[in-house]
Amino acid sequence: MISYITRRTLLAIPVLIGIVVVVFLLVRAIPGDPCTAILGEQATEAACERFNEANGLNESLPIQLAVYIKNVFTFNLGDSISFSRPVTQMLIERLPLTAELALSALFLAVVVGVPLGILAARRHNSVVDTATMAFANVGVSMPVFWLGLMLAYLFALVLRDTPFVLPPSGRLSPGVFPMAYYDVWGWELTEGSTWAKFNEYLANHFILNSLVTGQWDVFWDAVKHMILPAVALATIPLSIIARITRSSLLEVMGKDYIRTARAKGASEGSVVRGHALRNSMLAVVTIIGLQLGALLGGAILTETVFNLAGVGRSLFEAITARDYAVVQGFTVVIAGIYVVVNLLVDLSYAYLDPRIRLE
Amino acid sequence: MTVSRKKAIELLEDEAGDVTRLFEKPVGQWKLALRRFRGRRSGMTGLFIVVGLILVALFAPLIAPYEPNEILIGVEDVGRRDPPCIHVLGCPDETPQHIMGIDGNVRDVFSRIVYGSRVSLTLGFFTVTLALVVGSTIGAISGYAGGWIDNILMRIMDVILGFPSLLLAIAIVAVLGPGLRNALLAIAIVTLPGYARVMRAQVLAIKENDYVTASRALGSSTREILLKRIIPNALTPLVVLATLGVATAILEAAGLSFLGLGAQPPDAEWGSMLARERNQVFTSPHLVFFPGIAIMLTVLGFNLMGDGMRDALDPTLNR
Repeated sequence: MISYITRRTLLAIPVLIGIVVVVFLLVRAIPGDPCTAILGEQATEAACERFNEANGLNESLPIQLAVYIKNVFTFNLGDSISFSRPVTQMLIERLPLTAELALSALFLAVVVGVPLGILAARRHNSVVDTATMAFANVGVSMPVFWLGLMLAYLFALVLRDTPFVLPPSGRLSPGVFPMAYYDVWGWELTEGSTWAKFNEYLANHFILNSLVTGQWDVFWDAVKHMILPAVALATIPLSIIARITRSSLLEVMGKDYIRTARAKGASEGSVVRGHALRNSMLAVVTIIGLQLGALLGGAILTETVFNLAGVGRSLFEAITARDYAVVQGFTVVIAGIYVVVNLLVDLSYAYLDPRIRLE
Repeated sequence: MTVSRKKAIELLEDEAGDVTRLFEKPVGQWKLALRRFRGRRSGMTGLFIVVGLILVALFAPLIAPYEPNEILIGVEDVGRRDPPCIHVLGCPDETPQHIMGIDGNVRDVFSRIVYGSRVSLTLGFFTVTLALVVGSTIGAISGYAGGWIDNILMRIMDVILGFPSLLLAIAIVAVLGPGLRNALLAIAIVTLPGYARVMRAQVLAIKENDYVTASRALGSSTREILLKRIIPNALTPLVVLATLGVATAILEAAGLSFLGLGAQPPDAEWGSMLARERNQVFTSPHLVFFPGIAIMLTVLGFNLMGDGMRDALDPTLNR
């Protein structure tokens, strides 16, 4: 198992470096230079000269790349040109929102999708099965941004005088301020230290922060704001997970060892739980991992629809503004998360199926 | 049980038919697949939707009551963002009929939706063709050559797969500049690895067959072996992947257009129609609702058709 983990981890490194290089080159290939994009009217030749000097844009491309790779591996992602702030600081503020959004969506997709798939498989060819699969087929075909807008219309306008009303945008209602857990618990943190920054990052997960500190009004407000975006984002993965669970469970249920289990007199429930589920979960775990990429992509659209200042939305704005450092930093972080998750999926695959380790 | 004379003859004829069928030509795999496809309700539903859409796109000028970019100020008594008016559903006769309403530039939404099918279908078709041709060429070379060529090509594909696809597509469009053609290119690039990987796996499996060895022994060139022996036998799963790929391409293109990176105004494209009116969703929901339904229906059609084809073409599902 250990040799498998090492081998698989080493294989991820060239992909990560490839991603860093591709992002670097892509950003440099965007037409228009950052100087004119940022300074606008004031972009005279002399001003641009100073600007490029200050931002290290006068060096040759290979040198810029080498400096950049060194910086990425020391967690120094540079400063945003349009916001004049460190990219790491922007990540501390914006990544938690996207993380909460993607994880809530994934949670919904798994918690609803897997049981739906199991139900459809157990009642194969029944009305339940047909209805579930019809739902899944429609769900997988819906544009995320359309569903988001329609949900906002339904829950914020049509249902506005009912208990089901939900906010159509933002992360918290105006006037609601979460207090970071380290302030609540009176921790002494040195301003600007890595440890303080790490805690600030954690505290920016509003749902998590208000949950552990028991700020229930903040918690409910944050959860209410998260429901619509999470549902919109979850629909496609949910449908895919339901379909895969169903087909993979059906396949396993046709195997000989299931017949043996039935023949020895095991109840239907224990056959499904004890023999079929674990074996059918292999495919499901893979798909759940793969959906994360779709979730991060969908987050760009969802954050746009619900006016959320998350990583996806910021990245899109940074591309338009040619904010090299932000585009590079955010993309590398997202792609890095993606690669690590796929690595974890592969490892869990090996854990679930011993045969894979031996290949 | 008594059987009527007529029924008895029919039964006998059926039986005779079964016997004579044994001496008929064997049924080819494509014919069998077609038979299986026709037996599946969802696949047929998909086919109907897709054929219907193609017909709508072909006959758009006959179906749409107006030109897609025709501004109706001064032509008719309608205002900006008027809601749908359907006469049979009780809309007064003196108001002109617009079954999907009027958009922010006083154009007929239904006509724009009808013409929009041309944009989406063309885009889906060309994106997939491009990705299929380039991707399967890469896959075929990779699988047949093996060694370091295989390694380099597949690591490049891994890097593309290392990005969330919409993110990479956005970055590519940012480099090339917004517009439908560049959106098409970007989506083709991010979907390449799927075709390359499937083709490579197929080639790896097929190249070990005896008929390939025989062909090589007869002195065929590599090119000939690839084009005549291997690729034709590897196509089946790629056809399925391509059909499902049309659905993905249309959905991603709509996403890019929604972000303002795909189709540009005044083009009648569903994603950009929706994007332009998205802030009006609370006052004129019809301007968001109908383009979304059009996208969904199209994507659903290709998804169902692709699934049906996969089930029909997969010999292991032969039950």
